[in-house]
Amino acid sequence: MELLSNLALGFSIALSPTTLFLAVIGCFLGTIIGSLPGLGPSNGVAILIPLTFSLGFDATAALVLMTSVYYGAMYGGRISSILLNIPGDEPALMTTLDGYPMAKQGRAGDALVLSGVASFVGAFLATIGLMLLAPVLAQVAYLFGPAEYFALYLLAFSTLGGIASNNQAKAALASCIGLAIAMIGLDNNTGMPRFTFGNLHLMDGVDFLVAIVGLFAVAEVFIFIESHGKGSSIGVKLEKVRIPFRDIKNSFWTMIRASGVGFVAGVLPGAGASLGSFLAYMSEKSLAGPKGGFGTGVPRGVAAPEAGNNAAAGGALVPMLTLGVPGSGTTAVLLALLMTLNITPGPTLFTDRPDVVWGLIASLLIANFVLLAMNVPMVKVFVRVLSVPPAILLPGVTMISFVGIYSLTGSYFDLLLMVGFGVIGYVFRKLDVPTVPIILGILLGKHMEDALRRAMVLSDGDASYLFSSGIAITLWIAAVLGFFAPIFVRRYLRKPAAVSD
Amino acid sequence: MLHSDRVFGLVVILVALAYIASALQIQTSFMSDPVGSKTFPMLVGAVAAICGGTMVFRPGEDAHWPALRTLLSLVLSVIVMVVYAYSLKPLGFLIPTAVTAAILSYQISPRPVFAILTGVGLSVGLFLLFKYALDLGLVPFPKMSAG
Repeated sequence: MELLSNLALGFSIALSPTTLFLAVIGCFLGTIIGSLPGLGPSNGVAILIPLTFSLGFDATAALVLMTSVYYGAMYGGRISSILLNIPGDEPALMTTLDGYPMAKQGRAGDALVLSGVASFVGAFLATIGLMLLAPVLAQVAYLFGPAEYFALYLLAFSTLGGIASNNQAKAALASCIGLAIAMIGLDNNTGMPRFTFGNLHLMDGVDFLVAIVGLFAVAEVFIFIESHGKGSSIGVKLEKVRIPFRDIKNSFWTMIRASGVGFVAGVLPGAGASLGSFLAYMSEKSLAGPKGGFGTGVPRGVAAPEAGNNAAAGGALVPMLTLGVPGSGTTAVLLALLMTLNITPGPTLFTDRPDVVWGLIASLLIANFVLLAMNVPMVKVFVRVLSVPPAILLPGVTMISFVGIYSLTGSYFDLLLMVGFGVIGYVFRKLDVPTVPIILGILLGKHMEDALRRAMVLSDGDASYLFSSGIAITLWIAAVLGFFAPIFVRRYLRKPAAVSD
Repeated sequence: MLHSDRVFGLVVILVALAYIASALQIQTSFMSDPVGSKTFPMLVGAVAAICGGTMVFRPGEDAHWPALRTLLSLVLSVIVMVVYAYSLKPLGFLIPTAVTAAILSYQISPRPVFAILTGVGLSVGLFLLFKYALDLGLVPFPKMSAG
């Protein structure tokens, strides 16, 4: 019953005209952002945060807007996967495997509608899961002391570098770079500057928004300059869009199963949506067997990764809200948003700010229905967006990034830093070093160090305190396994490469 | 041929060592805890150095770097962005944005007329969007002291 009264509270906030309006705007913007090749959810949410912030929304409104963008972008990611064979972001890669072949068979409309429905099922079930699981996990989170938090952060970093990356050393290195950057600025405990090299701008530390926009958006511009925006014209024609009832019925159980798999993958700290869509696709593929025809353009191959992807996006919100540890790149960006709004995620969020949590959950439910309503009949509108040439889109992204950061901080130094992060992001992309762990490192670095230091104060410098509870030991074991297991698993579970023409 | 991962690994080791050295220089204060302000940065630096070492000894697939021409246009883009960052305040929003957007657009797709139109269109369009729809305080033109 508590759940219902909480939901009632949430809906009383989310159903106000302003919030509802923001949710619709957010869904629309999000779908466009997600569908534009070269933008994707993390980028989109990243460049919008500074703008949202300078518009002066209150916490709930900003959160509703950005989470609708987040969910919308997850929906939108599938459009370019299916029509262009270009995944809008990492998790959408799996959708290209069957989506693009299906589109080439002249069933682009069917694939888009089916994937829209699958996205809805995944996201809807995940939001329900979030409602049920998050309060429980928040209760468990009360048992977490500094030692447990330290182990949890470690787990997040080690699993983030897990399956999502191809090289453990590079993933770990990226986390270290993020942590190292987080150390810049004044030390919380002593008030002494660290790594500022006498530069006054660095006293406050490096703003994570600057890093995020640089690493994601500006780096993307460089990538496009290198490729000259090749391969972004629409290759398949979209005929009349009908609702493929038979495909939806046939892949119903696939969607349910994939949502389950995706949700669990999303809840794991650090694992996130990529793992969710990957596992959902792989498990359905092995269930269907060789006769299932996965990879040749079957409807179930489109439904599975989309349901998994969106369920994982919802699942990733669970550790983000209850523990303050994001489960994916985009949730890391959302965590940055919360921190900018001065909301500290964690178990206390559920007791201190129930309006934020339940307003958020209610708006997710609303966003979902809005997205379904928007995506099935209006899919043609979003398809038209794809024909925006990159030579207009990417300069636009650059300008929005500059104005966003400039209006947020008003300093040249941050703009230069942003360009610097853009260059780093480009070089790292070339070297196959993941950039999401850098963001996570910058976001969590101070917290991780704080946890370690508080643990050592409590134990008076006895390192064995870090392993003193069952939860802590479990987290340590999970962290070690999460880091090393992919090295062995990767040999058997090869990531399917994108379909080539 | 030098392997990019090896070179990068070496750079990482050097930077990590410099980072650790710089961590040793951190001033401590009378208020201190058992861990202090040096330990965590040094741990991070050490792990990064190990990762760099791993990359030197077990490099992954070699990266594909763009041709010299593309590299030059990337460098040009970076320079343009830096200049843009500096010119935004003294020159107002419209002119630097139009120039920068046009140059970036030309780098992505080398069509001069299209690039100029993109630059002007983006500059005016975004200005209207930011100024009137989002209500950000942007200055359109440089503030003239005379005339």
